[in-house]
Amino acid sequence: MSESLTSPLVTPQRVTTQADRRRQEALTGFGFIAPALTILIVFLVIPLIAAGYFSLTDWNGITPLTREDAYQFVGLRNYERLLIEDGIRQERFFTAVKNTVYYVLGVVPTQTFFALILAVIVNQRWLRAKDFFRTAFYFPSITSSVVISLIFMFLFSSNGLVNQFLHSIFPGYRDVTWLNDPNGIIHNFLGLFGITRASVGDWASTEIASIRLWDWISGPSVTMLMIMMLNVWTTIGTMMVIYLAALQNIPGQVYEAAVVDGANAIQIFRHITVPLLRPTTFFVVTVGLIGAFQVFDQIFVISNGGPANTTLTIAYLVYASGFTDNRMGQAAATAAVLFVIIFTFTLLQRRIVGEQAIE
Amino acid sequence: MTTASIEMPQYEAPPLWRIMRRLFVILGAVVLIIFALIEILPFVFTLANSFKCLPAIAAEPQAVIPVPPFGISCVDENGRVLPASEMATDLTFNPSTEGYQEILNLNLPRWAANTALYSVSIMILRLVFDSLAGYALARIRFPGNRLIFLIVLGTLMVPAVVLLIPRFIILKQLGILNTYHGLILTLAADGFGIFLMKQFFESIPVEIEEAAMVDGASRFTLFWRIVLPMATPALTSLAILSFQGQWNNFMDALIIIGGNQQLWNLPLGLAFLRGASGETLRWHQFLAGSVLTTLPMAVIFFIFQRQFVEGVAYTGLKG
Repeated sequence: MSESLTSPLVTPQRVTTQADRRRQEALTGFGFIAPALTILIVFLVIPLIAAGYFSLTDWNGITPLTREDAYQFVGLRNYERLLIEDGIRQERFFTAVKNTVYYVLGVVPTQTFFALILAVIVNQRWLRAKDFFRTAFYFPSITSSVVISLIFMFLFSSNGLVNQFLHSIFPGYRDVTWLNDPNGIIHNFLGLFGITRASVGDWASTEIASIRLWDWISGPSVTMLMIMMLNVWTTIGTMMVIYLAALQNIPGQVYEAAVVDGANAIQIFRHITVPLLRPTTFFVVTVGLIGAFQVFDQIFVISNGGPANTTLTIAYLVYASGFTDNRMGQAAATAAVLFVIIFTFTLLQRRIVGEQAIE
Repeated sequence: MTTASIEMPQYEAPPLWRIMRRLFVILGAVVLIIFALIEILPFVFTLANSFKCLPAIAAEPQAVIPVPPFGISCVDENGRVLPASEMATDLTFNPSTEGYQEILNLNLPRWAANTALYSVSIMILRLVFDSLAGYALARIRFPGNRLIFLIVLGTLMVPAVVLLIPRFIILKQLGILNTYHGLILTLAADGFGIFLMKQFFESIPVEIEEAAMVDGASRFTLFWRIVLPMATPALTSLAILSFQGQWNNFMDALIIIGGNQQLWNLPLGLAFLRGASGETLRWHQFLAGSVLTTLPMAVIFFIFQRQFVEGVAYTGLKG
């Protein structure tokens, strides 16, 4: 086209001015982006706005919105009930918060630590069959969460393989009912020293956000612990592959220089590998946090939030209030709070680790 | 470690050092093998038990060696359920296909067909829509380009769980809840894919396109004939990630198509089967269903192994 501009013999209608070209380019641009943008706006942006609005209503999710009495505008009532007002909804919400926090605190550091250790070992020069190990660790990540939940239910059932295995190693082991044990593991641990709710005094019965102090410090229940192990088991492979890619990007000379300087393996790991991997660690922890806060599929399949609400997570609570209790407005409000929590953690993480990563 | 210093006098590590090093190697190998077993054994036990009759699963779940007679029936001629002792020992078992037959009669073929339909159509739509959008954001100048890119980045920050309720509300309003196209359209484009493609297109030297522009090619021809073929690695990553995600998608399916059994995909079908069974779990069915659900993904994984791992590493490094 630029050719035709310089040619004196060109017919007038074929002359394209700069402005025409720019308009043409803009139209093409809109054409290219239109399908994807429409999808994102219709199924993501508008829903979010709508959910923000419905979190201020008492809609049950069933009554058609075309009916005039489908819902009432209740302002911040849903949020108030969740966060401030003493009562059953506050108790359920903060139980979910408690469970989710224990879950996140258990899962994210564990999977990050093991992924790093395994990646460093797989990256060693002396290791044969690197590809085999990488495949073995990564395979669970491509398997359906529902399938993995079923497999773990099978392994952890009361006369299942895990209990059998523990029996054969520790003859005195008493079968744990992994799938249905609401006892908190910190409570269990304190119980070993004879510390129980009765023995610690009245302060433990003080309620904060409708939950007794003693219950706040329960730790994850045994069933929750099993779901935590499941998720660590699944996620380690993905995180390891990410670490492995980063390790392979560290130039060999860095290590050689350290060896010449007389550093041993532990010093190299501590003072070279870990600092150089800091941006990767930032990524792995952030992705891990965001994922862990959303745990849902496994809860749905394995425990439905039970026993005694000890595996009720915030994500599962969103689903349960919307579709089991038919409180869509309440569910939308819960989802909004979850959104804020995840968002805050992402930003906080970025600030703390992100700055170190730049240094 | 002496390879770096060929010209230096041969460096002799002190004996203690050498012992330490050897210990590290042994320790590392042991840790690695233990973890590999932990990751692999659950699949081995799933596979073995999926071929057992229910009593054998309950009594001898640890038996993993199949021995003849193969394909036994779980009941004898009189309809009596065979006891575990007649078909399994501590280590061996007589394989049966009962679990597979039962799960195939429980609508599993339908779920599998649905899963394939969702995974393939969403993958194709994402490849087209995401790469078109990614290219526009990377190369074409139009008003609002920056703003749209920010919206795309913003959508990446929205956790999937948060969209559960909002999507239900909108799909209900649009009247496409519990329809095939409801699920497919909802997931037909994604912020991550657009971002991935944009990054990739920006890494291609712009001169190649400029040369073609001079030759009078239209933007679309340029994109279709020249740019897209160069983007094969990114497209492969996107295709694999999208296919895998949709094959295993449970949460979106639960909300959007959970209300109509005929539309269920494999994860949804298995989850509801488990939910309907209460306390008495029919493990031979569940484990057979688990194997059948995993098998296609496993085959694809072993064929495209390198691309899988590179895809994850690539997206990981992008963070």
